[in-house]
Amino acid sequence: MSERSWPLFEVFVRAKRGLSHVHVGSLHAPDATMALRNARDLYTRRQEGVSLWVVRSDDITASSPGEKDSFFDPAADKVYRHPSFYDVPDDVEYL
Amino acid sequence: MYGTEMVADQADDPVEPDVPLNASETADYSQALAGATAAGDRSQLAQASFDALIESDLRVEPRDEMPDAYRRTLVRQIAQHAHSEIIGMQPEGAWITRAPSLRRKAILIAKVQDEAGHGLYLYSAAETLGVDRAELLDQLHEGRQKYSSIFNYPTLTWADCGTIGWLVDGAAIMNQVPLCRCSYGPYARAMIRVCKEESFHQRQGFEILWTLTRGTDAQRAMAQDAVDRWWWPSLMMFGPHDTGEAAGGGGHTEQSMAWGIKRFSNDELRQRFVDTMVKQADRLGLTLPDADLRWNEQRGHWDFGAIDWADFRRVLSGDGPCNAERLAHRRGAHEKGAWVREAATAFAAKQARAGRQKEPAA
Repeated sequence: MSERSWPLFEVFVRAKRGLSHVHVGSLHAPDATMALRNARDLYTRRQEGVSLWVVRSDDITASSPGEKDSFFDPAADKVYRHPSFYDVPDDVEYL
Repeated sequence: MYGTEMVADQADDPVEPDVPLNASETADYSQALAGATAAGDRSQLAQASFDALIESDLRVEPRDEMPDAYRRTLVRQIAQHAHSEIIGMQPEGAWITRAPSLRRKAILIAKVQDEAGHGLYLYSAAETLGVDRAELLDQLHEGRQKYSSIFNYPTLTWADCGTIGWLVDGAAIMNQVPLCRCSYGPYARAMIRVCKEESFHQRQGFEILWTLTRGTDAQRAMAQDAVDRWWWPSLMMFGPHDTGEAAGGGGHTEQSMAWGIKRFSNDELRQRFVDTMVKQADRLGLTLPDADLRWNEQRGHWDFGAIDWADFRRVLSGDGPCNAERLAHRRGAHEKGAWVREAATAFAAKQARAGRQKEPAA
């Protein structure tokens, strides 16, 4: 592995306790330990995070944007999953 | 200050059942897509899907299909932007050892480190378009891709550090805030981070000049001299005129605006910059070096003198005071850092081997 082919890592930051990790960008590093150190210097110079994840980009399996419609279709026709689907009287509290 | 109002706090963003969960579920998008695909094969469908995103002012994401020209334009623009941040470390970096106090030195180091960070955010965004970071650096080192011409001017005195922060970063912010709404998602997100950090850069520059202009006569003269030298190059940072004889053709503004990459024309942004800076210069007690600068009641803007575009093209094409020095320094830094990269690679390989040996045999 030469330095030209250092793998790409995706970086995720938890901004504060109670929030999820959010993707912030990527960087190249020879291994995960260095990726974590570099991610700290690059993405949290101003206390933007309390926790960091780095993940090899190659290890991410993503849905294809090309099959967006067919892939997510099953969720489109089940409006009864949303509370607004139901007819209930207006004067019932806490429903 | 800049950019923060554009970042939605995820904690205050509950999912409403009646609101589309995903931008592509909106009626605008569906209608635009349906209209565009009345009779389409796959490539037409891809184009239609892209057009629909742009028409609905939605973001294009890395794995979406996009026209080759859109991809090429973005790669060129983001790479040039990244290169500018990296080369931009040099003019001020040259003053780290000579900063007038420990406070100024610490600030300057933090600022130059930010510029490196901005370059890396942008290379990261460029890579989502399928280009390799090492390849982009090669193109910079071989002079095949450009960086902002502003960094080909020298920093002669300490006041230049203040003026770069105030004028050059001020112009950069004016250019970059609209890019936070650029149609390409990763670029827009990188720019939000950049803009948040730039506002510290501009304020520290203003503070340096504010201090100098309240100092001795020699310090005031030093500040004025720096502003005299940087004012016109700062105006050139907005690029050639969009229309008229001076436009020169070959501009990308119109297409980039249609694609939602650019949101305002070069001349609009330049005018906004002049209007802002005239007031700030007045507050600093400094004179902007333009005899034609005067308030135009009718337009509601400041009129300003003609820009020397011949000089702009001369510096852009490589004949500026520092072009050769900047590139040579950049190449040297890359070459001198090779042993660090090699050591990191060797260490990672050693750690990986040690890790494998510790694992129990299957």
